[in-house]
Amino acid sequence: MSDLFQEMTAKALQLNIPLSAHLDLTYRCNERCVHCYLDHHDHGEMTTAEIKDLLDQMAEAGVFYLTISGGEIMMRRDFFEILEHARLRTFCIKLKTNGILIRKQEADRIKALGVESVQVSIYSHIPEVHDAITKLPGSLEQSIEAIRRLRAHGIQVTIANVLMVQNVRDYEGVRALAAELDAKFTMDPTITPMMDGGRDVLDLNVDEKTLRDVFRNQSLVMEDIEEVCAPPLGPGEEDMDQLPCSAGHTACYVSPYGDVYPCVQFPLPSGNVRHTKFADIWRDSPQLNEVRAITLGDLPSCSKCTHGATCSRCPGLAYMEGNMRGPSYQDCEKSFARTGIPSENLKARKATSLPRHSVQLVQIQGLQPAPRTMTNQVLESTQVSA
Amino acid sequence: MNSKRYVARSTAIAARVLGDETMVMSAVSSTLFTLDEVATVIWESADGVTPLEDIVADKICTKFDVAPEVALRDAEKLVEGLAEHGLVVLADKPITESKISHGENR
Repeated sequence: MSDLFQEMTAKALQLNIPLSAHLDLTYRCNERCVHCYLDHHDHGEMTTAEIKDLLDQMAEAGVFYLTISGGEIMMRRDFFEILEHARLRTFCIKLKTNGILIRKQEADRIKALGVESVQVSIYSHIPEVHDAITKLPGSLEQSIEAIRRLRAHGIQVTIANVLMVQNVRDYEGVRALAAELDAKFTMDPTITPMMDGGRDVLDLNVDEKTLRDVFRNQSLVMEDIEEVCAPPLGPGEEDMDQLPCSAGHTACYVSPYGDVYPCVQFPLPSGNVRHTKFADIWRDSPQLNEVRAITLGDLPSCSKCTHGATCSRCPGLAYMEGNMRGPSYQDCEKSFARTGIPSENLKARKATSLPRHSVQLVQIQGLQPAPRTMTNQVLESTQVSA
Repeated sequence: MNSKRYVARSTAIAARVLGDETMVMSAVSSTLFTLDEVATVIWESADGVTPLEDIVADKICTKFDVAPEVALRDAEKLVEGLAEHGLVVLADKPITESKISHGENR
């Protein structure tokens, strides 16, 4: 992350500006990935006019980095009309897609519209493995073809690889494929719960040994491995004011139905842009203001945990486990895999012998019938330079 | 020679005002820039049809305590730097939209 980016983020935090937003245009998709958290039915997506109005409001509120995702974004027939409007509002745009519907004409338009980057999910370099995950025969070949087209246009592409039991041996192969295609590579070792609260999908998560291997693979971890995997020193008094992450502070998520959440992975309903102006939700939502008020010192368990200051704890995952001030079991597992030191939460679980993924799921109060979502947090570094 | 100079923001950029600064990202190189308060005024006035010297006279010299010739010289340097990174288009006559979208300097 560049110093300039950090400086701008700090300024946005100080001015209470939503510097980054993630907008899902649809939950419909032409793939049926085994690990996907979404309900692919359309429960009343925002219209073209509603989305354009939202983009105007977001630009006015100060959103600069805009991630447009789904579902599959190209399933919306008005996708390019929306993208063109977004570029007129001078957002820095990243698209997330499986690329299957990107042919020459679409690549031409993406290039002409000045999209900053396109992220394509590739689960394996082996067609049988990738296609078994997407449940769409021929999908790997089509996604790779799309990446070639985009790269031929000079468009920056990132290949996102979600690690799960089905493709556990393939991340090196996908990384090599990314190098061959002249694309960036990111890998995410976390499978998140379904939008309907279902947790069976968590069984797709890789085991602790694989996680440990990932954290000790220098080609995947951008920083010094010894430092990353070093035993934590525990949080000091000076760490107690630490903020958990950018969710609700300088970033937010808007679903295809207009619901606003702190993050795509933090399904705390905070307002709906069909009823309330985006800027009013951002500024006045009691839910967002509650999220903003939480510092490390307010986390009863994590503030006393030896990993407290260095853990990648996701408040969204913690919320889905029942308490946004509580620990996130999946991050506890990651901290353990990384350092070999169990968190306070893991020790307590071991003492009560609770099986993996047996946490109580919070009942989420959605503003609309369906849109409760979360996504994968990728181990990625922001490609911004001063 | 004292020809007028015109400056227009490129369309191949992302930009947002953040307080009294402006963040600008080049879509070509994914490089992030920030413009300070004075540069932000010039950036926002860079419509392709207002001569740079008018922008300096009307928007800079009236707002900031700076001599006109110094302000113009600094503004020239600024827009040339921005043009080098493809963030603006410079021309000696008013700039049409097609020239802006192609990032073409004349």
